[in-house]
Amino acid sequence: MNGTITLAHGAGGRAMRELIDTLFVGGYGNDLLAALEDQARLELDALVAHGDRLAFTTDSYVVDPLFFPGGDIGKLAITGTVNDLAVGGARPLFLSCGMILEEGLPLDTLRRVVASMKATADEAGVQIVTGDTKIVHRGAADKLFINTAGIGVIPAGVDIRAARARPGDRILINGWVGDHGAAIVDARGELALDNPVETDCQPLSGLVEAMLAACPDIHCLRDATRGGIAGVLNEFATASGCALHIEETAVPIRDTVRGVCEILGLDPLYLANEGKLVAIVAPEDAEPVLEAMRAHPAGRDAVIIGEVTESPTGSVILHTGFGGERIVDLLVGEQLPRIC
Amino acid sequence: MKFVDEFRDPNKARALIREIETLLPQIPRADERPLQIMEFCGGHTHTIFRYGLEQMLPGAIELVHGPGCPVCVLPMGRVDDCVALAERPEVIFTTFGDAMRVPGSKKSLLQAKAEGADVRMVYSPLDALALARANPDREVIFFALGFETTMPSTALTVLAAEREGIDNFSLFCNHITTVPTIKAILDSPDMQIDAFLAPGHVSMVVGEAPFRFVAEDYGKPIVITGFEPLDILQSLWMVIRQLAEGRCEVENQYRRIVPPEGNSAGLEAVAKVFELREFFEWRGLGSIDHSGVRMREEYARFDAERKFPVPSLKIADPRSCQCGEVLKGVIRPWECKVYGRQCTPQTPMGALMVSSEGACAAYYQHGRLAVEAQRGQAG
Amino acid sequence: MCLGIPGQIVEIVDHENLLARVDVAGVRREINIACIVDDAHPPEACVGDWVLMHVGFAMSRIDEAEARKTLALLDQLGEVEAELATMRASEAPT
Repeated sequence: MNGTITLAHGAGGRAMRELIDTLFVGGYGNDLLAALEDQARLELDALVAHGDRLAFTTDSYVVDPLFFPGGDIGKLAITGTVNDLAVGGARPLFLSCGMILEEGLPLDTLRRVVASMKATADEAGVQIVTGDTKIVHRGAADKLFINTAGIGVIPAGVDIRAARARPGDRILINGWVGDHGAAIVDARGELALDNPVETDCQPLSGLVEAMLAACPDIHCLRDATRGGIAGVLNEFATASGCALHIEETAVPIRDTVRGVCEILGLDPLYLANEGKLVAIVAPEDAEPVLEAMRAHPAGRDAVIIGEVTESPTGSVILHTGFGGERIVDLLVGEQLPRIC
Repeated sequence: MKFVDEFRDPNKARALIREIETLLPQIPRADERPLQIMEFCGGHTHTIFRYGLEQMLPGAIELVHGPGCPVCVLPMGRVDDCVALAERPEVIFTTFGDAMRVPGSKKSLLQAKAEGADVRMVYSPLDALALARANPDREVIFFALGFETTMPSTALTVLAAEREGIDNFSLFCNHITTVPTIKAILDSPDMQIDAFLAPGHVSMVVGEAPFRFVAEDYGKPIVITGFEPLDILQSLWMVIRQLAEGRCEVENQYRRIVPPEGNSAGLEAVAKVFELREFFEWRGLGSIDHSGVRMREEYARFDAERKFPVPSLKIADPRSCQCGEVLKGVIRPWECKVYGRQCTPQTPMGALMVSSEGACAAYYQHGRLAVEAQRGQAG
Repeated sequence: MCLGIPGQIVEIVDHENLLARVDVAGVRREINIACIVDDAHPPEACVGDWVLMHVGFAMSRIDEAEARKTLALLDQLGEVEAELATMRASEAPT
């Protein structure tokens, strides 16, 4: 099947049937989808075996360009939703996939995206069990948009919430900060950087499972996507009313990410990540959790980056390597280069 | 040596701070009121807040954050002109990212882009010229912004456009100059500043000589300063030593980058393309004589102001803003009537809240601890 | 403002238009070197130079000897400081 997407692929006729059968059902390869009913039917018993609460989330993916160093929109559409489930402590199980395609999209591009979604879903241990495809006129969408929704199950006893940070708790991260943001800052080439940084896009479900096995009582857990780790830390501080103190020298930042930040005047703490989580645990749990993280490929470079105290309430404070300190606040909007 | 981390060493910082503490009692005025030291440049302000330098310093030193942030001091009327140019259908309007969010009287460039204007962020004026080369059927305008540091790059880009015969490229020139502005601050009657840190990268272009008048005519110590945190601490130590020893001269802390004579190739290009304007309007400071440049007649065809109609309306600063007093160190940012109330980084009224390098925005976002500590002292 | 950062020139890309490639911690970009070349220091001599770059232009060649002088002075202050601290410690009542 060569060529491009046309409006016929969305018209409900033979062309649409063929697209779904060969590209999606064939591509995602699982029995629940292959049944081709209007809905996926999930066994309750199988769900209950994993825990006592359902976790349900959705996210949409509109990244441009579709393919960027180390990843693509398909990989992102799986990891993003899987990670939103995982950081609630849930075991991600099933995803839906809605696609909006712009007329004229090369079929080969779509095939690559679907293959990437399948590979990432397998890695994360989830199945894409239902979907929908719409074709829009040229110009009504930018090439390809994806929405995925996901269902997971939270084991009994796990209670992860942003408000649970307590004075004395330790703050952990699973590795290098800012890779995704630095990788895509110039993915369209406008800033003419020759940039070796790759996205950190990866599913975190296995890592979270390993962390919960070491310590079921993780207090807070979130993936640090848009807004960077600064964003997540501020969410924790606001929700818990505590102060989060971060040691600048403990935060792992690659030299190349630092390079991109120096050139453009950006702050790596605000750069997006797609495979990083920030965890807050009781002080006695810090070492066992850290050890469990480091034993997992997605947490090999995990470190403790700071500690929670009572005051100043609701603040994130960075202790700089130079001996000073500053508040790390939320940004007003998107971080823009600071050049002239 | 990579010339970065070497200048961020906390042990050297501690030594410098102790040296400063030792010198302070030798300065006669130091026990009467805090010594006010102005860093002119927004880049210095950024370093000071990024590394939390203010809280590391003894209370007898008060840093006054000067007007050296070109997007902060850009008057609203000029932003309106940018928007008008950007909204022309034939135009690709190119700008440094810094200027995208600066509010005009109706909208910012970011809003104009959202409404359909072709506004593109570039890293270098050379990238804007490359766009002109690649889009011969469009008019590419580069928003030339910044102090003397940035002038050689835009001047050289215009010279390259001339050499290559690229006639669909032009500059909207808003370059401003530091020296007349420092002089305007020194001439204001309520000014109490004791010493200055001179902008290191401006000096890299213009050299040491243009700053001599600060020491010679006004009797204030001034030190040309680099942008790493140790550079700033060392320069503070140098001005304090001058004050303690009763000297006032131009010293150069940033010798690794700043040659005493500046950059002759850069200055030559600037002199060829630009000439001083009679005056230029600054947000927060009003009109200052000779504080901006425009393109010379010979380069009129690369001048967006001559090539296209530009509204050039003067939009007055909001009355309640006290940016001018903050800039001169007469009041601290949080003592302004509208700071943190009507004027926040989301809805900036005054120049100093516009960019993260403006003193008010920097305090609002990173300096809450310092503000609380100072308020505590005062109360 | 006036963001300027150190980078190292790794190759000359275009002699005629004075364009070079500069490396900043592994990230590279093409920059113009018109402001740092003259008869005594032609483009080909620039490879290996550490420069201060600003908006895509090399604006100054970094003087390593001056950088070392600055750091040595600060080291000296640190040593004096350490000596003073030792003296204070020995004078303090035990």
